[in-house]
Amino acid sequence: MSDGNGAVPILQVENLKKYYPVRGGVMGRKIGDVRAVDGVSFSVREGETMGLVGESGCGKSTLARALLRLEDPTDGTVLFEGNDIATASKQDLFQLRRDLQIIFQDPYSSLNPRMTVGEIVREPLLVHGVGSKEEQVRKVRDLLETVGLSGDVIERYPHEFSGGQRQRVGIARALALEPKLVVADEPVSALDVSVQSQVLNLMMRLQKERGLTYIFVSHDLSVVEHVSDTLAIMYLGRIVEHGPVDAIYGRPAHPYTRALLEAVPVPDPKQRRVSVPLEGEAPSPVSPPAGCPFHPRCPFAIEACKAAVPALEPVGAKVVDGQAEHFAACIRQGEI
Amino acid sequence: MLRVRDLAVGFDTPAGFLRAVDGVSFDVHAGRTLGIVGESGCGKSVTASTVLRLVPRPPGRILGGEVWLGEQDVLTLPSDDLPGIRGNEISMIFQDPMTSLNPVFTVERQLFEVLAMRFGMSRQQAHARSVEMLRTVGIAEPESRLRAYPHELSGGMKQRVMIAMALLCEPRVLIADEPTTALDVTIQAQILHLIKDLQQRTGTAVILITHDMGVVAETCDDVAVMYAGRIVETGGIVEVFDSARHPYTRGLLASIPRRGQGRKAELPTIEGIVPSLTAPIEGCRFAGRCWKRRTLGAADAARCASEDPALRAFAGGEVACHFPVEGTVRPEEMTS
Ligand SMILES: Nc1ncnc2c1ncn2[C@@H]1O[C@H](COP(=O)(O)OP(=O)(O)OP(=O)(O)O)[C@@H](O)[C@H]1O
Ligand code: SF4
Ligand SMILES: [Mg+2]
Repeated sequence: MSDGNGAVPILQVENLKKYYPVRGGVMGRKIGDVRAVDGVSFSVREGETMGLVGESGCGKSTLARALLRLEDPTDGTVLFEGNDIATASKQDLFQLRRDLQIIFQDPYSSLNPRMTVGEIVREPLLVHGVGSKEEQVRKVRDLLETVGLSGDVIERYPHEFSGGQRQRVGIARALALEPKLVVADEPVSALDVSVQSQVLNLMMRLQKERGLTYIFVSHDLSVVEHVSDTLAIMYLGRIVEHGPVDAIYGRPAHPYTRALLEAVPVPDPKQRRVSVPLEGEAPSPVSPPAGCPFHPRCPFAIEACKAAVPALEPVGAKVVDGQAEHFAACIRQGEI
Repeated sequence: MLRVRDLAVGFDTPAGFLRAVDGVSFDVHAGRTLGIVGESGCGKSVTASTVLRLVPRPPGRILGGEVWLGEQDVLTLPSDDLPGIRGNEISMIFQDPMTSLNPVFTVERQLFEVLAMRFGMSRQQAHARSVEMLRTVGIAEPESRLRAYPHELSGGMKQRVMIAMALLCEPRVLIADEPTTALDVTIQAQILHLIKDLQQRTGTAVILITHDMGVVAETCDDVAVMYAGRIVETGGIVEVFDSARHPYTRGLLASIPRRGQGRKAELPTIEGIVPSLTAPIEGCRFAGRCWKRRTLGAADAARCASEDPALRAFAGGEVACHFPVEGTVRPEEMTS
């Protein structure tokens, strides 16, 4: 919520990179890199939601995992309340993990099928030695109630629940340690629309009540618009546009953002699009094109776009606290 | 072009006999697109497979119904005639491309077989036509893709090859089961564009199965809403989106986040879960979750629980509800 204690960045990411080696030949030697995340910088303010969008393979999930150090980043810093997650020692990381949680996309595979719902939600409390046995059991009941599941589900197993209910279990587990930042990687993509809205309502309510900060990864631009305060759009491992949701949806500055927004079908038959869709597919991150990664598909590309990777530059004149808020990485952003 | 009447299909499952499709009727006309929408498991795919007699048996059993393609009932044709129908008259695009691509043959070989059987083309003719079609569906370097095996292609690419295959047949009826659900929005826009294009050129009748209301709004002329094995509402696309009569359709449409609808506002939801299809259903199958029913007097509400509503015609469509919705409904009324 931008009207909360919104000014403080809780997370500051600086030039984050995650490369995977590509091996080839008979010796399986390294012959190149997949640049899954290639120099990403952004910050998120406490109590806000940053939506992270982009097409499959653009590096969203890798970025989400690198932020929480579920993968070791190749380079860069991830400052969470001033501590660098990217280089923290094992011990420090263990402590930091209490404040940082993740909700996964697939409610079917992210819960251990051999554990009861009660055990699943309690596990983080056990691992971190929080409270006595009685306190833990009470906490598990409270958490399940918070996410709208009655206490009698404790003894049951994940397969006995619907997708929406399983996603609630995942959320209860993520909240067990009272984290400050929750990374949600496609949390509602696997759910039916009517269930999707239940889970979104729950996440928004928990944010209001607990002042949670979210990074909400999704490919669904309507969902992202509804829940986010700010937005980062990724293409081929880089952020191409970043800023407040209203500014970006109101006047997208990057041609890719524009194409993406135009491609979203509107649920209103009286507003059909006539525009011709963007052509081609995103190129492979193993051999990204020179210059602007979007230039081969960009309807506005000129020769100069092939020369160098454009940096994120401020868009327009809107400045808050001496800092620009809206950025885009396109050399023609002012003209188009 | 295609008339489906009283289709009923069930499966033997460990939990008992499951009525997946329970009395489904609809028409699809030349040059028009019918959208079939509904929650996961409501019977959309089973309906589609039944039209082509592709329901696996056992455990599946077609309990009754007729599928009229012109003057012949597909369900009573001798099995020998089926291969002639599939592909030539009716083509299907599956959500999972590997359902229709053969892993042991190259793309070229598979497209050739289709063209040889349908149009009696020679290898050279088929090659030229295949290259052209692959280009049309947005595949770069079609010559080299033709030599590839399915596993050498990306997911989006396989989907396009399958779509190319379906379009090459120039079928009278095209059934597309979630053809773009696994794809990114920009690719989705391309594929939907292609299907429309084919339809305009050849007058193909299209059945588009999806759970995305945006896709329906954008591409369909008519829509059928399924719930728990039944069509509960059908009508022209504008009528259904503007003034749906069934409480379920209203709830479904209300629960999708839309542009310009207060950010982070609570979304209307449909509480509860779909009824089990293995237990006999008494009365209206939506009664347990129906917001409209909660506004009715005791006698009317009891009727919902005891009497199964049949599809009844009204201006612009058909609805299966004893107390169809009229006028505008505030979101709060649907949630409470
Ligand atoms: N081979 C099968 N054996 C047993 N049950 C089946 C089989 N195929 C489908 N069913 C059941 O039939 C019902 C309808 O399934 P169907 O695949 O048509 O749903 P759907 O509407 O296409 O859902 P989705 O949106 O998830 O694709 C479901 O309850 C499903 O579990
Ligand atoms: S028949 Fe009754 S329960 Fe069923 S949808 Fe209509 S009002 Fe609701
Ligand atoms: Mg299906």
